[in-house]
Order: sequence, then structure tokens, then C-alpha cells
Amino acid sequence: MASPQREGFSIPSSISHAALGQVTSKSLGVKYNCAQCAASFSLSKNDAIRCKECGHRVIYKSRTRRMVQFEAR
Amino acid sequence: MSDNIVGIEYNRVTNTSSTDFPGHQASGDFSWDIEKFKQNFDIDIKYLTERTANFDLVHIDTSIANAFRRIMIAEVPSVAAEAVYMFMNTSVIQDEVLAHRIGLIPLKVDPDLLSWVDKTQDENNRYTEDNTIVLSLDVVCTKNPNAPKNSTNAKELYRNSHVYASDLKFEPHGSQLEKFKNNPVVPADPNILLAKLRPGQEISLRAHCILGIGSDHAKFSPVATASYRLMPVIDIREPITGALAVNFQKCFPPGVIGINDQGEAYVQDARKDTVSREVLRHEEFDGKVKLGRKRDHFIFNVESTGAMSPEEIFFKSVRVLKNKVEYLRNCPIGQ
Repeated sequence: MASPQREGFSIPSSISHAALGQVTSKSLGVKYNCAQCAASFSLSKNDAIRCKECGHRVIYKSRTRRMVQFEAR
Repeated sequence: MSDNIVGIEYNRVTNTSSTDFPGHQASGDFSWDIEKFKQNFDIDIKYLTERTANFDLVHIDTSIANAFRRIMIAEVPSVAAEAVYMFMNTSVIQDEVLAHRIGLIPLKVDPDLLSWVDKTQDENNRYTEDNTIVLSLDVVCTKNPNAPKNSTNAKELYRNSHVYASDLKFEPHGSQLEKFKNNPVVPADPNILLAKLRPGQEISLRAHCILGIGSDHAKFSPVATASYRLMPVIDIREPITGALAVNFQKCFPPGVIGINDQGEAYVQDARKDTVSREVLRHEEFDGKVKLGRKRDHFIFNVESTGAMSPEEIFFKSVRVLKNKVEYLRNCPIGQ
């Protein structure tokens, strides 16, 4: 079975950046869904982790359209 | 005569193995003779419907009858989904579970229209228009703006809240457009529920369906059930009359035992009997009845999944067995 792969995640180029909590690569095209109001939006580098509609602080990454292969067994 | 009957006692079965082969008995010629077989063998079709066939094979050895049954289940090819390419699945049912469910859906495809997939080919070149059927499933659930007030029914509140097998759409490729013009590929049973959705959830996938056999995976088996039972025998040794006859009749399923004008019980239709042995539990019938089964009378019941007619499945099983025999005959060791 093909292992599902995640898109939009890249390993930080240096450990120090990761340690500082900075995002080195822009999360381009990654969509997030609000856990409360189900609104869909994308966040840029300096945005707070908040829903743009209701301000709720819990958000989920939405699934990408990347193809995953399965055996029908 | 009793030699050919499997005895069914209160707590055991007797005389179970056949003895009609050369060298077992002093008297009688049991050597194989095709002419003798042709004369004795009988096939009696009881009923045939679109999905089920019920027929009797009489005067045939268990080994052959059982071979047909096993071949129908495990070796007659049929078409099922094998690879599922998932683009999106935000439903609550997991990807691999959904793929498995899609694999199990019986498809209405004539298996003769497809060729076998070459498993030695690498995965990118394996599937061609001659050996693969592509089905696509694309559904998005949305709210129904015209839903009646106070409704709690998901089918009224939402659109596409239930994903059925009928939502799988055939995508003809190349020559398939012409080949499947008159009988497009559809699931044999359109109302199989695959998943339930809520607004915002989506399923988008492609399924590649190929030929396979039941011994590889049960989804490739063309039959839901293929089974046989032996013809029941009810031997009334002493006359059973009056109230006793009525009780006797009640020991069997309806229609098995009749009562004649003299109030005497007689066997009306032993074929309907389930051989429950209920009659052997009652002391009053002790020694008056003997139960058994005819060892060379097979009552077949073949239930198709819908891709082929049940009689076609049986004919194909005969052909598969013939091919096996042909192979054995051509083996150098047999010469």
C-alpha cells in the first residue's frame, strides 16, 4: 500500500530556525479549517494562529488533493 | 440399493464413503466407462432465475460434483476493482476501508470482454484499455436550501448525503467506447451504501477494475454461494396411521409427508426435507422410519453476484475442469 504523503511540509533548513519557532518556508497554498465555524482560509508567515472568521484558536490543516493509491483488498 | 444411501441415525451418519470403484467389491464392474456414464448421468434443472439456478446432478461422483462447486467459487474469473486512486476523501470512512468496500462491489461486466493483467509489468504500464475498466466516484455533499423545516432526515437536509454504488461512473477509454456501447459497466446492485457524507465532505477517486479469480480474493468470486446437498431419503418401514401420521407429518417441513385417504403417511416430496432428524427424537417412530441421503444425487444451488447468469458460471466451471484435465493429460508423466 502506498504510504500517504503530506504536502506543504518541508524540513526546516537549519535547526536554529526551527528552535526559534520561525517558519522558514512560506506555507503556500496550505488551507486551514476552523474547528469551530468550519471556515476555510490560508495563513501567511506572520499571521496569528486564529480563524479569520470567528477568531477561534483551534484550526486544522485540510487534506490536499494529492493522489494516494490503495489496493482494494 | 442401500449401498448408495448415506445412513442418518440419531447421533451419527453411516456409510459415508463411496465404494463404486474397481477393486473394492468382489461383484460388479465399476471400471470407468464413458458410455455407461452417459447413460446413467442425468441433469435436472429445477428452476432458473436471473440470479439463482437450482439443478440436480444425478449419478456423478462426489469428487466431480465437489470440483464443480469449488471451481465456481474460486476459479471462474470475474471483474472487480483492484487499485483505487484517492484524490480526496474527507468523509468519516477511512481511505483504505473505502477502497476495500469499492473492491467488494459486484460489477456487471462480461469477463470475456477483458484480458488478463500482466502482473510482471511495472505498475505504470500494467493497466491498458484491453484489461482495465476505470470507474470514477466524485461526490460532494452540500446543504439543501429547500429542506423542509424541522426535518431531521439527512436525505432531505443535504444533497449527496448517501454515497451509493450507483454513483460509480464508468469512464470508457479508447476502444471501450465501442466495446461497451450496448452494455455499459454498472454495479450489479446499485443500492449498496458506500459512505455517508455531511455538508463540506467530499469523495473523489478513480478505481481500476481488472479480471481475477476467487482464490486470489473473494471479491473476484462470481458466485454469492455455490453449494450442493445430497438428496434426502425417507424410508417408512412400517405403516404410520391416524393421529400418529399427523404427528409424523409435523416432524418434517411442510409438503414432505402426505397423508392418503386411509390416513396413512407417505413420502410426498423428499427433496423438500431439510433432514432435521426431528422424527428420530420421538420414541413412537422408533424403527418405523429410516432417514438417509442419496450419495450420488447432488442438489446444486448457484447464486450469481450479477455479472454472469448462474448457468453460465456452471458452464465455465465445466470448461475450467476440462482445461485442467487436458493439462494433466499432456503432462509427460501421464504417458
